[in-house]
Amino acid sequence: MGTIQKSETVPIKNGSDVVSVRQRVRSLAIEMKFGLVDQTKIVTAASELARNTLDYGNGGQVELSAIQDGIRTGLKLYFSDNGPGIPDVKLALSDGYTSGNGMGLGLGGSKRLMNEFEIDTAPGLGTRITCIRWK
Amino acid sequence: MERIPILRMGNFLLVTIQVDMHDKLALTLQDDLTNRIAEVGAKGVLIDISSLEIVDSFIGRTLANIASMARVLDALTVVVGMQPAVAITLVELGMSLPGIHTALNVESGIEFLRQNVSEYDDKDDDGDNTEV
Repeated sequence: MGTIQKSETVPIKNGSDVVSVRQRVRSLAIEMKFGLVDQTKIVTAASELARNTLDYGNGGQVELSAIQDGIRTGLKLYFSDNGPGIPDVKLALSDGYTSGNGMGLGLGGSKRLMNEFEIDTAPGLGTRITCIRWK
Repeated sequence: MERIPILRMGNFLLVTIQVDMHDKLALTLQDDLTNRIAEVGAKGVLIDISSLEIVDSFIGRTLANIASMARVLDALTVVVGMQPAVAITLVELGMSLPGIHTALNVESGIEFLRQNVSEYDDKDDDGDNTEV
């Protein structure tokens, strides 16, 4: 999946951390010279996933990395929590499905906003989501 | 507590969101705005989001809720100034903000409210006049 050039970890423990995640992701995307539309997509996906980590995963963290794979560079987000996990990933990814009070766009929507998207989860084992947007 | 200011202009309420919206702030705005509409009998609400760099599903849902609550209180809501990158991302995310009136900028948003709200006012005026 490429080698990590630079990385930082942001905790997600409360609502204002979601804003911090957005700001950190935005500055990294700018630093990596992503265009405005791509920046907006990455930050929006990060916002959705950070909120999921907080609301459904009981908090966790995200690792932001600039990665290099051959000649292409990408921004990788790795969210992890020790929450209850997702019992049915396929169902959770479908639009409109929500286990809480959201609109059910968080997972499926952020998957569409990123180029690569991977969920590793199981009931009782927390959730780890890796997603990448290539430049 | 941090709050987004709500300005009054005649029977319209104007809101310009100029800070990065965290979830609690969005919910506070929803409550404040709904209360103000009832308090002053506002007929139109204009929300300027030109400074917002992202609109995620939570903010989108809050905007939709505000519009629905305003509608129940007999006020029209128009959201103006969305940045093109935000619009592209919002649609790709899967939200199209159904039920929300939008306009390109503050000027056309006000124009929209004037046209659509004045229809009601005219009817009211006619009724009042015949009684007097």
